[in-house]
Amino acid sequence: MSFLQLGLSLIFVAIPLGLTLFLKLGLEKDIIIATVRSVIQLLIIGYILTFVFESDSVIFIILMILLMIAAASQNVVKKGTGIPGITAIIIFTLFVVEAVSMGILLGFSIIPAEPEQIIPISGMVIGNCMVLSLLFLNKFKDELVAGEEVIELILSFGGAPEAAISRSLKSSIRTSMIPTVEAMKTMGLVQLPGMMSGLIIGGADPLEAVMYQLLILFLILTTAALSSVMVGYMSYPKLFNQRLQYIGLRPSEK
Amino acid sequence: MPIIEFKNVSHNDILHNITGSFRESRITTFVGPSGAGKSTCLKMINGLLSPDAGEVLYRGKDIFDYDISGLRKTVSMAFQSSPMIHGTVYDNLNLPCEVHGEVLGEARAAELLDMVELDASFLTRPVREISGGERSRISLARTFVHRPEVLLLDEITSSLDYVLVRDIERLVMRLQSEQDVTVIWITHDLEQARRVSHDMWFLRKGELIEYGPAEFIDRTENPEIRSFVKGEH
Repeated sequence: MSFLQLGLSLIFVAIPLGLTLFLKLGLEKDIIIATVRSVIQLLIIGYILTFVFESDSVIFIILMILLMIAAASQNVVKKGTGIPGITAIIIFTLFVVEAVSMGILLGFSIIPAEPEQIIPISGMVIGNCMVLSLLFLNKFKDELVAGEEVIELILSFGGAPEAAISRSLKSSIRTSMIPTVEAMKTMGLVQLPGMMSGLIIGGADPLEAVMYQLLILFLILTTAALSSVMVGYMSYPKLFNQRLQYIGLRPSEK
Repeated sequence: MPIIEFKNVSHNDILHNITGSFRESRITTFVGPSGAGKSTCLKMINGLLSPDAGEVLYRGKDIFDYDISGLRKTVSMAFQSSPMIHGTVYDNLNLPCEVHGEVLGEARAAELLDMVELDASFLTRPVREISGGERSRISLARTFVHRPEVLLLDEITSSLDYVLVRDIERLVMRLQSEQDVTVIWITHDLEQARRVSHDMWFLRKGELIEYGPAEFIDRTENPEIRSFVKGEH
C-alpha cells in the first residue's frame, strides 16, 4: 500500500466526522485525536518493529515484551484500584501468562523462535490478558458490592474467606470468559478473525491462515482462563484480614 | 457471670468507650436512634469487626483468643435483609454446613423448618418463590444449624407487616426459651423491644447511655432516653 492510498483511506475518517458535525454529536474532537494518535502510534511501532526484526537481537525482543507488559498493566491497574496490591498482581499475571504461552509455543516448536513470530503473538497474548483482566475486575468489583451481605453471612457462620467469596469470584471468572468462548463458537461464521484476514490480504494461503488463527484462538482461550483465575485468586485474600473479617474494597472505590 | 461483656470498646468514630454486659439465657434488645452503633456492636460479638480499643469477652475470654471460626458457630447471626444464596431452601439451610465442608442431613433440615413452623415441603422450594415472612423464618432456622448458644438478630422484622412481626416475635421468644439460647436483638421499634426484652441496651451516638432489666426504659430519669421514649428523636 502506498502513502497515497493510505491518504485516500482518510475518507473513512471524513464520513463519521461529517456525521458528527451534521448531527452535532460533539465527537469531532475525539475522532480527530483518535485518528492522529492511531497514525502516530502505529507508524512508530512500525518503525520499531522494522528495527527489531532487522537487528534479530534477543534483548530487543525482551524489551518489546516488557514495554507491552508495562503498557498493559498500567491500563488494568486503573480498573483494579480499591484492591490492595493490585499492581503487583497484574504485572505478575501478565508475566506468567506470557511466559507460559511462549514456553509452550517455543518449547514444542509450534512457532519458530523468530522476532517476526514472537512479538506479534506476544502482543496478542498480553493484549488479551489485559482485556480479560479488565473484564474480570469490572465484574468482580460489582459482585463485591452486590454480594457483600452474603460474604458477611458466610463469614458469620465461621466460613473461611475462600468460601465466603467463592460465589462472587467464580461468577466473575465465568462472566469475563464468556465473550472469548462465545466468540470461538461463531468464529468464521459471523466474521473472519483479524489475524486470518490479515494473512489472507497479505497473500498467505487461506488454509495456512486458518491454522495460524486456530493456534491463536486456542492460545487466547488459555490466556483468558489464566488471566481471570490468577487475578481473581491472588486478589481476594487482600479483601480479608487475619481475623477472618471482610475489609472489602477501599471505601472510595465502592 | 455475664455471657458477653464489652470493656471500654471503641471503634472508629462509631463506638465510644462502651462498657456493659449481657446475661445468659435472656433476650437483650439494642435500642436507640439510627446511627447509634447498634449493628457495629452486634458484628463485634460475632467477630466480624474488631474494636480499635477495649475488648469483647465471651465467657470471660477475649473473643479473638478463641478459634474465631469455631466461635462463630456458637454465636450465630441473622442479618436484616435475610440474605439468601441462589437455590432452594435446603441449599440455604445447608450453607452453614457447606462452608465447613459438611452436609446437613435432610431429617435435621426438616427439624429446623419445624422449629420455625414451616413444613418439610419447603426444602425443595426455590428461595425466589418464598414470601418475606417465610424468608425471615428460614433465616432464623439457619442460625440454629450449629446449635448456637447466642443468637444475634439484626432488625429481622424491619421489612415485615405487623401480623408477621408479631409471629416472628412469638417464634423467637419460644425458641429462646425452648433452646435456652441468649438472644441479642437490634430493633428500631421501641414497642417491640418492650414486648420481647428481658434486658435492654440503650445506645445513642456510639455511647451506651444505660443498660439493664428492660423496665429502666420507662423509669429512667435520663433525659436522652426519656426524650427518645416520647418520640422526640
